[in-house]
Amino acid sequence: MSALLEVQGLRVTIGSTAAVRGVSLSVNKGETHCLVGESGCGKSITALSVMGLLPKGSLRETQALRFAGEEIGRYDERQMERLRGDRMAMIFQEPMTSLNPAYTVGSQMTEVLRRHRGTPRAQAVDRAAELLARVGITAPGLRLGQYPHQLSGGLRQRVMIAMALMCDPELLIADEPTTALDVTVQAQILRLLAGIQKDLGLGILLITHDLGIVARIADRVSVMYAGEVVESAPTAALFAAPEHPYTRGLLSCVPVPGKVKRDEPLGSIPGVVPRIRPGFAGCGFRDRCSRASAACAGAIPRRNAGDSHEVLCTLEPGWGGKAAA
Amino acid sequence: MLRFFLRRFTVAVLVALTVLTLAFLLTRLSGDLAISIAGPNATAADVETIRQVYGLNRPLHVQYFDWLGRAVQGDFGDSFFFRDRVANLIASRMSVTLTLGLVGLGIALVVSLPLGILAAVREGTWVDRAVSLVALIGQAMPSFWLGLVLMVVFGLQLGWLPISGTGSWEHYVMPGVVLAFSAIPSLTRLTRSGMIEALASDYIRTARAKGLSRLSILVKHGFRNAAIPVVSIAAVQLGFMLGGSIVIETVFALHGIGYLAWESISKNDFPVVQAVVLVLALLYIGLTLAADLLNAVLDPRLRTG
Repeated sequence: MSALLEVQGLRVTIGSTAAVRGVSLSVNKGETHCLVGESGCGKSITALSVMGLLPKGSLRETQALRFAGEEIGRYDERQMERLRGDRMAMIFQEPMTSLNPAYTVGSQMTEVLRRHRGTPRAQAVDRAAELLARVGITAPGLRLGQYPHQLSGGLRQRVMIAMALMCDPELLIADEPTTALDVTVQAQILRLLAGIQKDLGLGILLITHDLGIVARIADRVSVMYAGEVVESAPTAALFAAPEHPYTRGLLSCVPVPGKVKRDEPLGSIPGVVPRIRPGFAGCGFRDRCSRASAACAGAIPRRNAGDSHEVLCTLEPGWGGKAAA
Repeated sequence: MLRFFLRRFTVAVLVALTVLTLAFLLTRLSGDLAISIAGPNATAADVETIRQVYGLNRPLHVQYFDWLGRAVQGDFGDSFFFRDRVANLIASRMSVTLTLGLVGLGIALVVSLPLGILAAVREGTWVDRAVSLVALIGQAMPSFWLGLVLMVVFGLQLGWLPISGTGSWEHYVMPGVVLAFSAIPSLTRLTRSGMIEALASDYIRTARAKGLSRLSILVKHGFRNAAIPVVSIAAVQLGFMLGGSIVIETVFALHGIGYLAWESISKNDFPVVQAVVLVLALLYIGLTLAADLLNAVLDPRLRTG
């Protein structure tokens, strides 16, 4: 099956920062692909590049950027406008500020359908009400007439999701959709996303730094660090046999009930994600890595560590034994 | 929305009453009114007669309610100098000033809104800097000087426009432009900063993610939110234009309310001065109320707040 979204060799430079450095990933129809990593490692920039929504002054280069078989890397702004909101949709981390305070929920939702399909207002309103009900909002008729400030964060994120679904997109990009929400609401939103995907069969690119979320809904995981995908694998394989020292570090930071003993310190990775300048060579993680060697300053091989399991590291796959982490 | 309106309206009425009271008290506090009216050569008997005729010998609260009752009905008495009812004077002069103010504000908005939006969209480029420069020049230019320059160029040398009077719409073009120049810098800058803030917001990113057109993103989603402070300042600017156009009315010989104020002050025409101050204060109150209501229409959050 050909991939719904295929990104090859994506590079984004913003000013004097190399924000994304040769990212390749693909999302199949009906698949949830999670992009994980710390803040500032280029996850959101990768997602915005796909949508063509990069901030002013950023430079995007790709070897290939294919959506449903079409090369969209060379699309101009008008062509991207037609794609966005229609065939590919995006939801964001900040539900509190992502809706326009000046317009009702209904007006903002119907706008998408009217723009892309020219649907008459009455029909668009019906569709909006239907989707609000689909995302678990009771009394959709009432909500359509309300303004964003009258809704809670969880409700607003549901509205964002419903709005993203207005045109039946093939690809949904979700940039940390639950980070700003209460834990109970987080679970509801994740269940909702999983349910929608099952029913509608769309491809989801989900950005998160929460490995708990990954374990629950991802089919495939790409771990990003300093603008690169350092490890990519099916979810089960990644959790069972993490290869990259960074992935191992991330996993050790997550407390697992029953496995972690009281008073035993949780793992942590010292330092912060570095700002990488253009022309940087070698592994971006080497300054924080306990296994770093002289070879880490040179070219890093992309190794195969199993069935569609790739890792970007100088260490041989299996270096730490399968039971590690 | 209705509750919001009623609350704002009540506040406006209270402020108006305060202004009326202050206007009354100020004329009474500025010395013995009967002596002022009688003039420097009057005898004590003359002053006493005036006191009787104008009812100034009555207790203050009686005078106040009598005056208030008539003021509310638009009766401000007779002018000492113009031999006419004050209300008639104000009404005839007000139409000139209102026309001039609205023309000025119209020109100012037509120029400054697109300029501000353009500067915001092209933030940091030479376009942005050019707009800032225009705004700076506008701010620095004295309006009487600009008025005179326009008169010399368009009135005298080119002969396109009349240089004084109020006979036709053409008479309002040059004074309108001069008046607009005083409002353009602040309106442009406010539009620019409001748009920059709006365009950097998350809901604009959402609008782009929805694939909306550039025009819809800029105007419907961006400007709608940037317009709120602009509306407030535009209302204040219109207030300034109505109350503070004395210089321009003098330069262009437009007999508006500003000119009337200047004439009546220089001639000690108390009833007229008092009425002009009152009418302008009430206009300000009305404009502020209108701006509040317009903002509530623009921003739903204000309606409940």
